[in-house]
Amino acid sequence: MQSQSQTQSQSQTQTSDGGPADEIPRLSGYQNEGFYDEVVTHDGVARPDSVALVDLINRLPVGELMRRQRAIERSLYQKGITFTVYSDNQGTEKIMPFDIVPRILSAAVWADIEVGLKQRIRALNRFLDDVYNERRIINEGVIPAGIVDSCPHYLPQCRGLKPPAGVWCHITGTDLVRDNEGEVFVLEDNLRCPSGVSYVLQNRSVMKKNFPRAFADSSVRPVDDYPARLYHMLRKMGPGGMLNPTVVVLTPGVYNSAYYEHSFLAHQMGVELVEGRDLLIENDRVFMRTTDGLQPVDVIYRRVDDTFLDPEVFNEDSVLGVPGLMRAYRSGNVALANAPGTGVADDKVVYAFVGEMIRFYLGEEPILNNVPTYLCERAEDRKYVLAHLDELVVKAAGESGGYGILIGPHASPEQRAEFAEKIRENPRNYVAQPTLQLSRVPTMVSDSLEGRHVDLRPYVLCRGPDDVWVLPGGLTRVALKKGSLVVNSSQGGGSKDTWVVASPGQRIAQP
Amino acid sequence: MLSRVAESVYWMSRQIERAENIARFLEVTLHLILDQPENLVDPWDPLVRVTGDDEWFKKKYGLPNQENVVQFLAFDEEYPHSMLTCLRTARENARGVREKLSSEAFEQINEFYLFVNDASRNESLDRTSQFFDDIRQHALLWSGVFASTMAQDTTWHFANVGRMLERADKTSRVLDVKYFNLLLSVDHVGTAIDDLQWSALLLAISGMEAYRRDHHDIDLENVIAFFLFNRTFPRSVHHCIASAGWSLGEIDNCSRAHEASQTSKQLDVLQHRLANTRVKEVLAGGMHQFVDGVQREVNEIGNSLAEDFFQTSHQ
Repeated sequence: MQSQSQTQSQSQTQTSDGGPADEIPRLSGYQNEGFYDEVVTHDGVARPDSVALVDLINRLPVGELMRRQRAIERSLYQKGITFTVYSDNQGTEKIMPFDIVPRILSAAVWADIEVGLKQRIRALNRFLDDVYNERRIINEGVIPAGIVDSCPHYLPQCRGLKPPAGVWCHITGTDLVRDNEGEVFVLEDNLRCPSGVSYVLQNRSVMKKNFPRAFADSSVRPVDDYPARLYHMLRKMGPGGMLNPTVVVLTPGVYNSAYYEHSFLAHQMGVELVEGRDLLIENDRVFMRTTDGLQPVDVIYRRVDDTFLDPEVFNEDSVLGVPGLMRAYRSGNVALANAPGTGVADDKVVYAFVGEMIRFYLGEEPILNNVPTYLCERAEDRKYVLAHLDELVVKAAGESGGYGILIGPHASPEQRAEFAEKIRENPRNYVAQPTLQLSRVPTMVSDSLEGRHVDLRPYVLCRGPDDVWVLPGGLTRVALKKGSLVVNSSQGGGSKDTWVVASPGQRIAQP
Repeated sequence: MLSRVAESVYWMSRQIERAENIARFLEVTLHLILDQPENLVDPWDPLVRVTGDDEWFKKKYGLPNQENVVQFLAFDEEYPHSMLTCLRTARENARGVREKLSSEAFEQINEFYLFVNDASRNESLDRTSQFFDDIRQHALLWSGVFASTMAQDTTWHFANVGRMLERADKTSRVLDVKYFNLLLSVDHVGTAIDDLQWSALLLAISGMEAYRRDHHDIDLENVIAFFLFNRTFPRSVHHCIASAGWSLGEIDNCSRAHEASQTSKQLDVLQHRLANTRVKEVLAGGMHQFVDGVQREVNEIGNSLAEDFFQTSHQ
C-alpha cells in the first residue's frame, strides 16, 4: 500500500510488482455465492473502502492471517475476556469468538445510519414519556391500548415518572441488518441494558495491534472515547444539576454473563462497580458501604434488569437490587440510566409501530426502515403467517438472545407445525418477518476466507432530545456456522471489528 | 472504598501469597531429598503437618509420600488450601474487583492461575522442583507487577495487609514444624544433615543468602532470630507485621475519623513484642508456645480487620 491519503476511497493502489496503478485488488479464491458482500462487489473486486484491507490480505504470506487470528485468541484468553461455562467445578472458560477480518462501512452508509438512529431514539423517548403519562398516542388511536398494556415490560409502577429532559433511555444498542441490496434495516431496538460495547473496544484494540498499516490507510473513525462520553453523560445527570455527582455502575455480580463488561466500563470510567448488597437507602437517599462508612451515591448506571432493581416495588424475591431504590428515584435523589420501564418500547410487537411514532411525535418520515412485520394478533396477518411459515422468520415477543425464533426456510416441518400451534395459542406473543438474505463479510473458516452473515449493533448515547451521540461503528456479530442467520453468541456467533470510514475531508476524530 | 471490594482484595492477596508459599515448600523439599540418604528424616510428613490439616490428609491419602503430598498441596481441588484452589479463589476474587486492579495485575493473576490449572490437567508433567520454580517465578512476577503498576492507595494497602499477614503466618509455621521435627531427632543437632535441613528452611523463605551474609555459619539461635525478628528481610515475621502495621496506618490516615482502628492497635502490640523478645526467651518458654501465640494474634488481627472495615452497616 503506497498511498498515505486520508481519502482512501478515491486513492489508487499499486501492485507488488510495480504494475499498473489502477488495478483494483480481488480477494483471491473468495466466492460471493450470490450474496451481498460488504468487502467485495458482485464482480469480486474490493469495494472502494476495502482496497487497503484486501491488498493487505493478498500480500500476507500463506498462513499468516491464521497465525494472527490464533495470536489474538490467545491474547483474549490471557486478558480474561471470557465467559464461563459452569457445567463443572473446573470453570471451563471460553472466549467470545473473534474474527480477524474487519467489517467496513463507507462514510455514506454510515451517515444515513447515524441520522436515522438519532431520529429513532428521539421518537422512542417521546413514546416512553407519553405511555407512562398522558398516553396521547393511545388516546389518538395510533397504537391500541391493548398492545401497550399487555406488554410484559410495561411497568405500571413507572406511571407518572418524569425523568429530566424527557430522557428515559440514555444508552441504546440498536440491531441493524443489511439485505441483499445492501439496504439497512432496523431489526430490534434494545432499550433496557444493551451489552456488547466492551467487545467493540477490545476488538478495536487487538486490530490496531495486528493491522496498524491497513488501519491507518483506511481512515477508520475511532471508538476509544466511548467510556469518556458515557461518563460525561452520566455526570450530567446528577440530581438538581449538581456539579460533581458520585457515579457508580450497578452489576448483578460476577456470575452475570456480561460481568466483564460491567467491570470494564467501571474501570474505564474510574468509578465504583457496586452490587445491590453494597448499597442501602436511608431517608430516600442512596448510600454505599465503604471501609470509611456510608457514602452517598448520585447517579447509577444500572446493569440490573428493571424488575430486580427494587424488591419493595418489583420482584420481591430479588436479592440483586436495593430495597427502597425506587423511592429514592421518585424523590429525585438519584438518577438511573436507563430509567426503569424502557422495555415497553423494544417489545417485538411495539417495534412494528416505531415508524408511526416517528410520524406522530416528530412529524418526520423514518430515515431507517423497519423490517416489514406481521403481527399475529391481527387475524389477517395471522392467516398470512400461518400460510407462509416456510418463508418467514417467526419471533416470540418475550424472548431474546436468539431463542424462541423459527427461521422458516431452514426449519423442519415438525418445527413449523410446533410454531403454528404456539401462534394459535398465544397470538399476541408472536410476530413474523420475511427472511432477509443478510449481507456477508469474509470470515476465517479453517485457514481460508468464506462469506458469513453479519448484523450490526451501534451504541447511542442520549443526553437530551437534541444531544445524541452515536458511536461510529458498533458490534458486528457474525454467524460462524455456514448459511446460518443467527448471530447471537449463545448460538455460535462471533464478533468482528467494525470500521466506519471517515468521509473525504472529514476529520477522523470528531468533537 | 467499598467494604466488599476491600475484603476481596485482601483475600485475593492472601490466597496468592498462600499459593506461593506452598510452591516454595514443595520446591525446596523436592530439592532437599536429592541430597538425603533414604534412611534419614522423612521430609514429607512435616509438610502435611505445616497445614494443620493432617487429619483431612490421612483420611483421603493415607501415606504422606512424595506423590500424595505433592498432589494434596499443589493440585487437590477438594482441599480448600491447595495451591490450585487458592489461585482459583484468588482469581475469582480478582474478577470481582477487576476494576480496582491494573490491567497488568489482573492479567498476571489470570496467567498464574491458567498456568497451574493447565499443569494440573497435564498427565505428562514432571512434578519436580523445576516446575515449582516456574511457579515461584510467576509469584515473583505478580509481586513486581503489583508493585510497579498499582497506585499505593487504599486498595494497595488492603492487599499488602493480606499478603503480610499470610506471610507472617507461613514463616512462623515453617519454623514451628521444623523445630518440632528436630526435637524428634535430637541426635542430628549440629550435624551435616542438620545443616542441610536448616539451609533448606532458609531457602524456603529465600533467606539463605541474606542469612549467610550476616552469620556465615548455620546456628540454631541465629536461624530462629532470622525467621522471627529480622527487621530487614521481607519474609521475617517481624518485617511482615511491621509492613502490615504501616499499611493499616495509611488506611486509618485516609479515614474521616483520623484515629487508629482496633486492628492497628493490635498490630502495634504484636510488633512491639517482636521487637523486644530475645531468642533465649523464646527457647526458654518453648518455641512452639511462642509461635502458637504469634499465630493466634495474627488470626485475631484478621478478625478485627473484618469488624473494622468489611462489615459496614447502618450508622
